[in-house]
Amino acid sequence: MGDYSEFGLKIRATLAVYRWQRIDPMPWAELGRPVAEANVALVSTAGLALPGQALFDDGVKGGDFSFREVPSSTDPQCLVESHRSDAFSRDGLAEDRNLVFPIDRMHELEREGAIGRFNARCISFMGSITAPRRLMLETAPRAAEILVGDGVDVALLVPV
Amino acid sequence: MEKRGIATVVLSLLRDVTEKVGPPRALCVPFRHGYPLDVPSNPARQRRVIKAALELLIRPRSEAPVLVDYVP
Repeated sequence: MGDYSEFGLKIRATLAVYRWQRIDPMPWAELGRPVAEANVALVSTAGLALPGQALFDDGVKGGDFSFREVPSSTDPQCLVESHRSDAFSRDGLAEDRNLVFPIDRMHELEREGAIGRFNARCISFMGSITAPRRLMLETAPRAAEILVGDGVDVALLVPV
Repeated sequence: MEKRGIATVVLSLLRDVTEKVGPPRALCVPFRHGYPLDVPSNPARQRRVIKAALELLIRPRSEAPVLVDYVP
């Protein structure tokens, strides 16, 4: 579980030669307050969008590097999945979107005081970006700018 | 995000990839792709994963990169 054995031969071969980009130098933001007082945002790469929002575009070469803003008041089960990867099972998220986009869990953690606040907006990307330059230079900084504007202290990044 | 002052913690489904990329804080979960928060429709187990990830935020910079294996 959680290793290459769950993938087919084609994906394993791709991953074996893929040149991962190391984050260097490694940035480090110090959390200046307890988590129980922090504003925490959810950032997912599960490729989910609100009904009516544009789906992630499978035709973008190198992967769709755009993102969607999702209000934290959204019923997660209404979110629409359009991830381009076929390397994971959809069965779990079909039953419960919280498995990959845990809006309900974050509200619960806010209510029990484990986090100070669940940010009013979430950010939804799609993973499997094989050409990440535009993501790194354009859309990820833009998403960060939005969260800075929201006064976010912490981002929880959830893959799929 | 870290450059803009937002502390991040990521759930990782592939430890060796995370070691290569080197994010500041990562919780390596032993679940298959599609199941980063363990099991569907089990709020308690999903919250437990998230709490374990958030606990990494108290680690000091001297321990970076913080890469921790989650034990269900």
